[in-house]
Amino acid sequence: MTLTATPAPRRVLVRLGPLAVPLRVRSILVASVVVAVVLVLGIVSLGVGTYVVAPDAVVRTLLGAGETMDRVVIVEWRLPRTLAAITLGALLAVAGALFQTVTRNPLASPDILGLSNGAFTGMLIALVLVSSSWQSLTVGALIGGVATAVVIWVLSYRGGIQGFRLIVIGIGVAAMLASFNTWMLLQIELETAMFASAWGTGTLNAVTAGSLGGALLSAAPFVLVATVLGPSLRQLDLGDDVAAASGARPNLARGIALVVGVALVAAATSVAGPIAFVSLAAPQVARFVARTPHLSLGLSAVFGAVILLASDMVAQHLLPVALPVGVVTVSVGGAYLVLMIVLEIRRRA
Amino acid sequence: MTALTGVESPPARPPVRRSRRGAALSVVVAALIVAVALSLMIGANPLSPQVVWATLRGEGSTETTYIVIGLRIPRTVAGLVAGAALGVAGALTQAFTRNPLADPGILGVNAGAALAVALGVALLGLRDISALVWLALAGAFVVTIAVYLIGSSGRGAADPLRLTLAGVALGAVFSGITTGMTLSNPDAFDSMRSWNAGSLLGRGFDVIMPVLPFIAIGLALAFLVGPAMNALALGDDVARAQGADVRRIRVAVIVSTTLLAGAATALVGPIAFVGLMIPHVVRWTFGVDQRTIIALSALLAPVLVLLSDVLGRVVIAPAEVPVGIVTAFVGAPVLIVLARRKRASAL
Repeated sequence: MTLTATPAPRRVLVRLGPLAVPLRVRSILVASVVVAVVLVLGIVSLGVGTYVVAPDAVVRTLLGAGETMDRVVIVEWRLPRTLAAITLGALLAVAGALFQTVTRNPLASPDILGLSNGAFTGMLIALVLVSSSWQSLTVGALIGGVATAVVIWVLSYRGGIQGFRLIVIGIGVAAMLASFNTWMLLQIELETAMFASAWGTGTLNAVTAGSLGGALLSAAPFVLVATVLGPSLRQLDLGDDVAAASGARPNLARGIALVVGVALVAAATSVAGPIAFVSLAAPQVARFVARTPHLSLGLSAVFGAVILLASDMVAQHLLPVALPVGVVTVSVGGAYLVLMIVLEIRRRA
Repeated sequence: MTALTGVESPPARPPVRRSRRGAALSVVVAALIVAVALSLMIGANPLSPQVVWATLRGEGSTETTYIVIGLRIPRTVAGLVAGAALGVAGALTQAFTRNPLADPGILGVNAGAALAVALGVALLGLRDISALVWLALAGAFVVTIAVYLIGSSGRGAADPLRLTLAGVALGAVFSGITTGMTLSNPDAFDSMRSWNAGSLLGRGFDVIMPVLPFIAIGLALAFLVGPAMNALALGDDVARAQGADVRRIRVAVIVSTTLLAGAATALVGPIAFVGLMIPHVVRWTFGVDQRTIIALSALLAPVLVLLSDVLGRVVIAPAEVPVGIVTAFVGAPVLIVLARRKRASAL
C-alpha cells in the first residue's frame, strides 16, 4: 500500500499516565497545521454570507459576548452547518481509512463498496413511494445504505470475511444498484430526476442542531472503538499470516472495523445524505502529506474535516449556482489528491 | 516492438491441458455464435432463424430486410466490437494495476468522455450520437493523457498505484464538474441520463466505422503485449531479470487500454461493468495466463453484452431497457456466485 520506503522517522514518546504512545513528529506537525486551518476556515465560514460578520466579532460571539443579532445568525443559523461539515467530514474519513486498511486496497471506500449506491437507491425509492421531504429522503438513504452493507456482508461471509471476496462482491452489488438507480432516473420526470440527483450527492442544507447532535451521539461509541482498534489494524496491513503470528486476531479485528465503518457512514448519511468521495480521498491525502507508512485514523479525520468544510464553503459562496456540497467534494477531494500526487513526485524526483 | 515480446514463452504444455483449453475455447466460441444469432432474431418483432437466414442471403421482404440489415446487424456489430474492446481493456487494466477494483474507466476514460459529451450537449446543442462519438473519443483520450502525465512524471516507469490514484482523482474532478454542469442545465441532464445508461440503440455503421480503427489497433497491441504481461505479473524486478522492458510494456498497455476503452465508451456509453467482471470470471475459470485471459475476455465479453442487450429488448417489450443497465443485472449475480463458490484468486 505504501508508495515510499520512509526513512526512519523521528518519533517522540507521549506519556499520559500509564499510557505511552510513540508519535511521529511530522504527523503531529501536520495534524496541528490542519487543525489550525479548520479553525480559521470555520471562523470565516461562520462570518460570511448575506449577513457578514468580521472574524473578531465571530470569535467574541462564540465566547458568549457580541450582539444579539450576531448571536442568532452565527450560533443558531450557521454553527450547526459548520460543525456538521467538520464532524461529518471526520467521520467519513475515519470510515474510509478503516475500509481501506481492512481490504488493503486504496480504492476501497464505503463509496465503492456500494454503501453510497445503496443510500441513493433508498433515497430514490423514498422519493417515489413516500414523499420528497428531507426526513423521508434521509431515512430512505439510511435504510438503503445499511441494508446494502448487510447484504454485501452476508454474501461475503464464509467462515470469516476475506478482503478480496468482500471487494468483488461489493463491486457486484454496487454495479446492480448503480444500474437500478440509472434506470429509476430514466423513468421519473426530468425535474424530479434532477432534484434526486442533486440531493443524492449529499448536502448540508438541511442540517439542524438536533439532527447533528443525534448523529454524533450515536457515532461516539463507534469512534471510541475505532480509536482502541487502531493499533491492531496496523498489523493487518502486514497480511493475515504475520498479523496472526504476532498475536492479533485478523478476522475479529476486520469484522469490528467494517461494522464501525458502516456505522460511521450511516451516522453521517442520516444528517447529510450520501456525501461522495471524502472517505476515499481523505485517508490517501493524509498519507501523502504526513508521509506515514500506513493510513492513520486521526490524520484521516482532520483531513476529512478540512475537505468537507472547504467544499461546503465553495458550494455555498463561490459557485455561480448553488450546488449541494456532494457535487463539490468530488472535485475538491479529487483536485487535492491530484495535487498531493504531483507534490509527492516532485519531492522524490 | 521486439522488447514487448522479448520474453521467452513457457515450455509447451502437456497435451491434457491443451485439449482442455481447446474445449474451453470451443464452448466460448459457441456461446458467442448463439448470442449473435439471438441478437439477430429477437426483438419487438421476433423472426425465426429461417427468416433471418433468408434475409441475410438477400431473399427477405422489405420489412425483414429493414429489421435485420438496417437495425439488428449494426446493433449486433456494435455489441461485438464494444464488448471485445471492454473485455480486453478490463483484462489489461486489472493485470496492470494489480487491483481487482480497477475497471477500464480507472484511467479517467469514462469521466473524460462524459465531460466532453456534456459540454457538447450544453454548449453546442449537439444531440446526435454520430456527432457526440467524436467528442467522447477526444474527451477520453485527453483525460487519460493527463492522468498518465500526472501518474508517471518524475523518475522511473509509471507506478501503477500512483496511476490508479491519479486516474481516480482526476476522474472525480471531471465527474464533479459534469454533475455540476448537468444539474444547472436540464437539457444536458436529460441527454446525460440516457448516455450514462449505455445503449446499442441507433449505433449505425456511421457511428461504428470511425471508432473501429482505434479498437483494431488497441486489440493488436493487447495481443502483442500479452506474453510480457505474464512476466510483469511476477513483479517488476523479475520481469526485468527476464529481459522485459517494463517501461515500454507499461506504455503499450496504457495506450492499448485507452484506445479500447475510449473507443468503446464513445460508441456505446459507459458500460464499465463488463470490463470489470469478465477478466475475473476468465481468470477463475481458465487460470492466470495473461494470454488466455486477454483472448478469452475478447470472446466472452461480447457474449455478456449481446445477451444483456437481447434481454433488454424483451423484458419490458415493446419498450427497451438500455444494455448498460441489464449488463449489471445479468453479470453481477454470476460474479457473486463465482466469488463465493470458487477459491476466487486475487490477482
